[in-house]
Amino acid sequence: MNLSPEPLVFELSRPGLVGCSLPGSDVPPAELPKNLVRANLDLPELDELTVVRHFTRLSQKNYSIDTHFYPLGSCTMKYNPKANEAAAAEPGWKHIHPLAGDSETQGALELLYKLQESLAEIGGFDSVSLQPAAGAHGELAGVLMIRDCLKARGEGQRKKMLIPDSAHGTNPASCTMAGFSTQTIPSGKDGNIDIKALEAALDDSVAGIMITNPNTLGLFERNITKIAAMVHQAGGLVYGDGANMNALTGVFQPGKSGIDVMHFNLHKTFSTPHGGGGPGAGMVAAVKELAPFLPGPLARRRAGKYELAMPEKSIGRLKAFYGNFGVLVRAYCYVRMQGAEGLRRIAENSVLNANYLRARLEKTYKLKYTRPCMHEFVAMGDVAPGIRTLDIAKRLIDYGFHPPTIYFPLIVPEALMIEPTETESKKTLDGFVDAMLSIAAEAKTAPELLHAAPTTTPVGRLDEVAAARSPVLCFRG
Amino acid sequence: MPFIPNAESDREEMLQAIGKRSVEELFSDVPARRRFPKLKLPRALSEQEVLREIGAMAAKNRGADKVSWFLGAGIYNHFIPALVPALASRGEFLTAYTPYQPEVSQGTLQAIFEYQSMAARLFGVSVVNASHYDGATALAEAALMAWKLDEGRDKILLPEDLHPEYKAVLETYFSSFDVEIAGYRGAPEDAGVDGRCACLVAGYPCFSGELHGLGRAAERAHAAGALFIVHADPLMCALLESPGAQGADIVVAEGQSLGNPMNFGGPGLGMMGATEKLMRRMPGRIVGEARDHDGRRGFVLTLTAREQHIRREKAVSNICSNQGLVMLQSCIYMAALGAGGMRQVASLCYDKAHYAASLIDGLEGFRVRNRSFFKEFLVSTPVPAQTIVDKLARRKIMPGLALSRYDSAREKELLVCVTELNGKAEIDHLVAALKEAAL
Repeated sequence: MNLSPEPLVFELSRPGLVGCSLPGSDVPPAELPKNLVRANLDLPELDELTVVRHFTRLSQKNYSIDTHFYPLGSCTMKYNPKANEAAAAEPGWKHIHPLAGDSETQGALELLYKLQESLAEIGGFDSVSLQPAAGAHGELAGVLMIRDCLKARGEGQRKKMLIPDSAHGTNPASCTMAGFSTQTIPSGKDGNIDIKALEAALDDSVAGIMITNPNTLGLFERNITKIAAMVHQAGGLVYGDGANMNALTGVFQPGKSGIDVMHFNLHKTFSTPHGGGGPGAGMVAAVKELAPFLPGPLARRRAGKYELAMPEKSIGRLKAFYGNFGVLVRAYCYVRMQGAEGLRRIAENSVLNANYLRARLEKTYKLKYTRPCMHEFVAMGDVAPGIRTLDIAKRLIDYGFHPPTIYFPLIVPEALMIEPTETESKKTLDGFVDAMLSIAAEAKTAPELLHAAPTTTPVGRLDEVAAARSPVLCFRG
Repeated sequence: MPFIPNAESDREEMLQAIGKRSVEELFSDVPARRRFPKLKLPRALSEQEVLREIGAMAAKNRGADKVSWFLGAGIYNHFIPALVPALASRGEFLTAYTPYQPEVSQGTLQAIFEYQSMAARLFGVSVVNASHYDGATALAEAALMAWKLDEGRDKILLPEDLHPEYKAVLETYFSSFDVEIAGYRGAPEDAGVDGRCACLVAGYPCFSGELHGLGRAAERAHAAGALFIVHADPLMCALLESPGAQGADIVVAEGQSLGNPMNFGGPGLGMMGATEKLMRRMPGRIVGEARDHDGRRGFVLTLTAREQHIRREKAVSNICSNQGLVMLQSCIYMAALGAGGMRQVASLCYDKAHYAASLIDGLEGFRVRNRSFFKEFLVSTPVPAQTIVDKLARRKIMPGLALSRYDSAREKELLVCVTELNGKAEIDHLVAALKEAAL
């Protein structure tokens, strides 16, 4: 890591510099609207090399998959194949315009169509829309589809969505955006949905349930088909949150097991890069009854040509144009390199890696649920008095590992949510285990090392409370 | 498969440590009847095969690398300096996660802070967030934010001259709520904003390219107690007065034009900025400055109490990501061009568009409809605009957007966009071709 402080672009500015050579004008100047001429533009002025060094140095202040192991639970930080990047960089993608017309963009529509078909098959669904730009966007699509499907059934009064207590925060937030109220369903002793509590909640105001499977404890919802049947029996629909699909590719098709509508995070399961926060892609898939409500347009094939069309009863557009196309090209490249066998190997190896870590850590880091896990598991970081999960996480950084997801799910105190993914080797996992065990020992013998961590980074722990109390959100020089 | 690093012998050792005989046993919780379905997918391809297949698909498209390009309408063909993708595609940026652990994410966090700072100055606002999915969702979320400030106000006032896809997205976002989405014609100051309005929305410029001053509209919106939301062209803000300086409360934009390829319209960059007063009501991630124990400056995600992972069903929005890499490209673009370069590019667009418009307006049967515009303008055509588009396609010219795509009543309207990438000779060629196409 680059430990030297890096000035802000504003602090590097020298009056009159431009970091890119631009052409002069070959047409006569036109007069600007007098009342709207801008007097001052206070942006930095830099030469090209200064810009290159600045951003290169900034990049060196990041952990990334290309440089470090990233066992972030529910985030699926797997290797992002370089072939994906080569595929997305084709000039035939970069220079095409969304409104050029179907005849000018047959290649793009073909890719969308083939990706829709592949993802529908992987999930066991009837139809797929690639519109949503992220997982939360796909969730919003899904709950809007449930709303409209219920209306079409004449059941528009159903306004209550059931959400297990282990769900991601986006689930209830998406429900609010779709005009639903939410009711939390507790987990039982085995970490799965409490069936009795579910039964009690199923009345005629229920619109449906949102299920993450495997859930955020890393456990497969063993009663999934029964739960789906109960909700359907009560007149509701079942939403699948596909954030954790990496455990299930080639193993289980949710669309054939009672899930009505579901999103996948292509930036997780299908290896498109996270980019420090995005762009993602959150395609949404539906069974036959809900397919007409998908957000559009979708790509379809007619008489040997590809075209875009809106589904018959679509909830409408979720963004301008056709999804995060550049991300979709990467996901297509990945699916095409895997095939059916490769997809199953992804799930198998991600689950094997997670169980291996669980088996090696469980004597030192307590587990609330001890069953075999799927692609991730949740341990607890309170390994010594006065030691919190945050301390374990920060000390891991000094050992050269990105911390796991911490304090989530909310139902496990001092949670450490660990997801290794299939692309990490046993050797890397062993190195991580050694670090975790060593930190647990330090927690008892030298806790000050944990409290002071990290010490190997450009900055130590930052005062986030002060930062939020009097926010400085832009440079004020 | 090269992405699985464990050999068979590793897997055996791991199974032994777990206490299982086979990997299949780990899936015993999955209903047996449903376990390990046979997926009907095409056979797996090697890297060279997949790149050949995808390359062949990409080659079937016709874009601005093959054709003279005058089509904009929300996605724009601008020059991207080589350093922009070279830096943004570094693995340390590309494959990093959301910066929840600030000590190992200072690169991403400082870049976001720099983007927020530069964009805030460009827009003339106090705070800019780390981005939304695209310009359309940024506008929809801005309107939602305005409505949530006072749900007693049940009307959103939009220009009729708004990108039809933006309007459609806004309608989807509001489809669960009892809010009237009303339209107005002409200048935003004549929109008739009243006490029922949560917000007045204006384009700067509008979809047709028409450019209105914003000051009086801002005064009238504020007098009626409504927020004033402006959808702006970010590049134009380098040349013309910022929306913030004219009284906008929230500024949104599609930032693709700042250093990102057209890419079939995605991923885009939803830019959103606001006044300081609205800071804690904004959706999306925001980065702020912080100090560590030794007083060193660093950056963190801040004001997270607004967000879904804390507030759950009471959150401002369900948004959970930002357009990280796209935002980074725009950040590098703004830093590289700087004040002088941004002004120069905007100036080139302005001059070339006005040169093209004056020639087209002189053609028999063609008329430029705008009184004032930046880089895009609306042309009345003597024959259906789609006919012209089809004819010119054969001459490798994309003359613009035929508005019949969105409204069959607007058959003879063509939206033309000119940028710094269009040379004088190319513009002259377009004008000659338009003249012939009308015969």
